[in-house]
Amino acid sequence: MHGRPRKSATPIDESASALKAAKIRSLQSQFLQNHHNKIYTKEALEINAKLIEANPEFMTAWNYRKLAFEHNLSSQSEAEKGDSDHVKSIIDEELRVVENALRKNFKSYGAWHHRKWVVSKGNSSTERELRLLNLFQKQDTRNFHAWNYRRFIAGLKSISEEKELQFTTDMINDNFSNYSAWHNRSVLLSHLLDKKVEGYFPKEIFLTEEYEFVRNAVFTDPDDQSGWFYHLWLLDQTIKLDMPVLASFWPPPGSDLNVPRDLDANKATFPVILYFNEPVEGVSCHTVTVQTEYDIYNNITWSPLSTNKFGCAHAWVTHMGIPHEELDSSKTYQVKISSEHYQGITSLSSVPLSEPWSFAFTVSICHDLQPAEGQSLGRLSLTDANFCTIDSNSNRTALLNSAFQFTNDDEQPTSSKWKSEIIASEIAQYRELLSWAECKIGKLTLARLLVAYDAMITGTEFTPSIAEEVLQLCSELMKLDPPHYQYYKDEYSSILLKQVTSSKESLLKYCWQYKEPTSLNITSPMCLRLNSLSLSRIGSIERLLWVQSLDLSHNQLHSIEGLEALQLLSCLNLSHNKLGSFMALDPLRFLKSLRMLDISYNEIGAHTVDTKRYLCSSPLSHTVAFDKKFKEFANGDAKVMDFWEPFSIFGGLNLIQLDIVGNAAVDERFVFLLVKLLPALKWLDGEELH
Amino acid sequence: MGDLAAEKHAKYILLVEKRKDDVESVLMEHLRINGAYWGLTTLDILGKLEAVEQERVVSWVMSCQHESGGFGGSEGHDPHVLYTLSAIQILALFDKIDVLDIDKVSSYIASLQNEDGSFSGDIWGEIDTRFSYVAICSLALLHRLDRINVEKAVKYIISCKNLDGGFGCTPGAESHAGQIFCCIGALAITGSLHYVDKDLLGWWLCERQVKSGGLNGRPEKLPDVCYSWWVLSSLIMIDRVHWIDKEKLVKFILDCQDTENGGISDRPDDAVDVFHTYFGVAGLSLLEYPGLKAIDPAYALPVDVVNRIFLR
Repeated sequence: MHGRPRKSATPIDESASALKAAKIRSLQSQFLQNHHNKIYTKEALEINAKLIEANPEFMTAWNYRKLAFEHNLSSQSEAEKGDSDHVKSIIDEELRVVENALRKNFKSYGAWHHRKWVVSKGNSSTERELRLLNLFQKQDTRNFHAWNYRRFIAGLKSISEEKELQFTTDMINDNFSNYSAWHNRSVLLSHLLDKKVEGYFPKEIFLTEEYEFVRNAVFTDPDDQSGWFYHLWLLDQTIKLDMPVLASFWPPPGSDLNVPRDLDANKATFPVILYFNEPVEGVSCHTVTVQTEYDIYNNITWSPLSTNKFGCAHAWVTHMGIPHEELDSSKTYQVKISSEHYQGITSLSSVPLSEPWSFAFTVSICHDLQPAEGQSLGRLSLTDANFCTIDSNSNRTALLNSAFQFTNDDEQPTSSKWKSEIIASEIAQYRELLSWAECKIGKLTLARLLVAYDAMITGTEFTPSIAEEVLQLCSELMKLDPPHYQYYKDEYSSILLKQVTSSKESLLKYCWQYKEPTSLNITSPMCLRLNSLSLSRIGSIERLLWVQSLDLSHNQLHSIEGLEALQLLSCLNLSHNKLGSFMALDPLRFLKSLRMLDISYNEIGAHTVDTKRYLCSSPLSHTVAFDKKFKEFANGDAKVMDFWEPFSIFGGLNLIQLDIVGNAAVDERFVFLLVKLLPALKWLDGEELH
Repeated sequence: MGDLAAEKHAKYILLVEKRKDDVESVLMEHLRINGAYWGLTTLDILGKLEAVEQERVVSWVMSCQHESGGFGGSEGHDPHVLYTLSAIQILALFDKIDVLDIDKVSSYIASLQNEDGSFSGDIWGEIDTRFSYVAICSLALLHRLDRINVEKAVKYIISCKNLDGGFGCTPGAESHAGQIFCCIGALAITGSLHYVDKDLLGWWLCERQVKSGGLNGRPEKLPDVCYSWWVLSSLIMIDRVHWIDKEKLVKFILDCQDTENGGISDRPDDAVDVFHTYFGVAGLSLLEYPGLKAIDPAYALPVDVVNRIFLR
C-alpha cells in the first residue's frame, strides 16, 4: 500500500474492515446487476456514484456512467430535447461525480478520463475547468494527471502557448523545484520554435534568457534535479545540427586501392562505407550514384549496418565487385561515389541531408599471389611480444595516412558566433559555481560545455588542454558520486577515445607492427592497439573506418556496439574484457572479413541477465524470424536448444582462428558444437584443429 | 538487512489469494486478474508455482473473458487491454495459451488501434502509451503482431518522447519511469530501440537512484520498490544498468520486506501488498539475486517462459 504504515490489525480494525467491505460489496453487486441489465434509473446512478466515491479506480463503474449518459441524452422526451438546461444538468452531474472522485484520489486515471470524455461533448466552461485545475495543481504541483488535463483543456479551448508558457514561469517562480513545470516549458518552447513564432526565432534570443532562468534554479540548490535536464536540453538546442550530415566514409578521396583477388571465389571486392552523424534511412542506388569512367553501376545494393529491420543506420555499406572480365587486367579504375539525390537520405525524424557530397578514388587489382585459405596456415600470436613499433614514414601507415587526408583538410568549424559566445559565458558561470560549491552537476555540466565548445572551435580536433580538463572532471565525478561511477567511467572512455583519435599523430602512437609476418596473410601488418586503456565503452568509430587489425584487449568493455561499421576488420582482439553474453557479440555478424577473433577471458555465460537481449537481432525483438535451420542443427536434442544464441552469432562468421577459453559458457559440449558451426576454423584456443 | 525471505513471501501470496472479505480485497477486485499475474509470476520466480492449482486458475481466468474477446479484471467486469495482457501472461506461465481462441483475442486488441497508431484501452477511447505496450506485448505473445500496423504504433510512441529522453502517456506528457518501461518495452519487442537516445535516457534513469539506494519514478520524488522494476527493466533493455549501484538497491528492497509475515512494501516499514511484493522480487531477479529465476525485462515473464514461446 503506497505510503501506509505497516501494523498488525487489531480485532476492532478487522471487524470494522469486514463491515466496510460488506457494504462496498453490496454496492458492487447491485451496480453490476444494473450494469448487466442496462438499468439507468436515477436510483441506479446513485448506487454507482456511491461506489465510485468508495473506489474511483473501478473502470467498469465509469463505463457504466458513460452508457447511462448516452442513454439519458438519447431517450429524453420531445420537450426536453433542445432544452439546453436539461443537457447541462446531466453534464453538471457527471462533472460533480468526477470532482468527488478526484477529491478521494486525484491520481485516478478513470476519473480524469471520464472528465475529458464529458467535457469533449461540449457545453463546458473553460473557467470552471481552469479553476478545478488551479485547485489540484496547487495541492500537488507535480500531479502529472492534472498537467495532462491542463494540456488537454488548453488544446480544446485554444489557449495560446505563450499564455501557458507564462503559467510555467509563474509555477517555477513560486518554487523552482518543479520538474513538471520545466518539462511543460520544454514542450511549449519546442512548439514555438518549430513554428518559428516571433520572439522565439532566431533561437539565440530566447536561449540566452532560458540559460539564465535555469541557472538560477541550479545555482540555488545544485542537488535539486529539477533544472538539470532542462539545461542539457538547452545545450542540445544550442549546438545540434538541424540536419544529418555525412561524417566520414571509406575509401578516402584520392586514395589508390589495391584490391586483393580472392583466388578461391575468383573475384575481387572491396567495401564502400558511408558513415553519418546520426542514423539515416534511404541510402540506395536511387540516392547514391556509383560511377566508374566506363560505366554507371545501377544495381548497387546498400545495406544498413544495424540490427533493426527498419533500414536505418549510422553506417551503410556496399561491397563493390570488380567486373569478372577485368580480373586479369592491370588497369586502374577511377570510382566516383556521389549523392545523386541527397534529399532522399533522411534522419529518423525525416529531416533530409544538409548538403550533397561526392568523393573519388582509384582501384586496381593486386596480383600478388596469396596462399589459398586452408593451406599451411600458422597461428597469429596477438601477444605483446609479437609487436614492434612502427616507422611513421613506412608505407605500412598508408591506410591511416589516406584516412586522415580528408578529415584534416576538409573539416571546418561550422558554428556561428552567437553559439560559441553563449557557451563560453555558461562555462564562465559554471566555473564560478564550482569555485564555491563542490557539486556533481556543476562538474558534469562544465565537462559537457567544454566538449561542446571545443567541438565548435576546432571541429574534430580536440584541444589537448581541454581534453585533459574534461578527463580530470570525469575522474573527480567518479570519486564524488560513487553510485554512478560507471556512468562517469563511460564518459571518460568516450572522451579518451576522442582524444586518441583526434589526429593522425596521436593515433600513430597506438599503431604497432606485427613482428612475425602475418602468415595468414589476411590482415594488414599494422595493428591499432587500444589495449589496457581501461576503456569501458568504445566510440569515435567514424575515425576508425580504415582499421583492419584492432586490439582492444585488457579493457573493461561490456559492449562493442559500433564495431559493425569497421568493415575492413579481419583481426580483432577482445580478450580480457567484460562482455557478458553471446548477444554482446552481435555487431560481429556484420564483419564479413573477420578471420581472427579473440574473446577469451570475458564473462560470457556468467550472467542470468542479458543486457543485449533487445539490442540485437532476435526473434524476441521480431528483428529476425526463428531460424528453422537451428532446429535441424539441434536435431531434436533438447539441450542443444539452449545454444540458439551462439548459433545465431557464430553461424554467420567465417573464422579461421578463435580464442574463447575463460568464459563461463565454454565447456566441452559447447566446443564440440562450435567446431561444427565454424567449418573453416583452423585454430581454436591455440590448438590446431584437424 | 536480512536475506530474501522467499518462503514467507510465497506463503503471503497464497494467503492473499484466499482472503476475500477485508476492504483491501474488495477494493482490489476490479484488478484481481492483474493481482493474479503479479502473485503467480512472483511464485514462479521464487520456484514455488507448483503450490498453485493450475486448472482452477486457468478456468477462473477464462471466466473473466468477455464476448468481445477481451478480458475483465474479474468475472462480469468490462473488458480492457490491461486485463487482457494479464490473462495472456497467466496462461503463458502455465504453458496454456492454446486454451484461447487466439484469433478472437487478437481481433479484440487489434480493433483498439487508432488511425495515428496509438491504442485505446477499451471502447471508451482513453489513449495512453501504456496501452500501446500492453497491446504489443499481448499480440507478440500470441504470435499475432501482424494484426496491427506496427510501424504506426512505433511512430506514435516516438511522438511521446521528451526532452529528457523519456516518455509520457501521450504527446507532451511528462516522463515517468512506469511509462518509460511501457514505451521501451514496446520498442524492444518491435526491434525499434534505435529510436531511443540511450545515453540521455540512461542518465535520467540512473539518476532515479536516491541516497537510500532505492529508485524513484520522477525527479525529486520518494523512492518506491515498484520502480525497482520500471527503472531497472528499462535500464537493462537499453544496456545501461551498470550506471546504478546494484548492491545498494538490493539492500533497499530487502529492507522493505516484512520478514515476519511475508510480503514487500513500497518503502521500509510500510504495509505490504502483492503489487510491491512482485516488483520487489522481480527487481531482485533483474539484479541477479541468487536463487531466483531470471525474468525477462520486456515481456515481464520468466525467461524460460519467454524462450519457450519465441525460441522453440
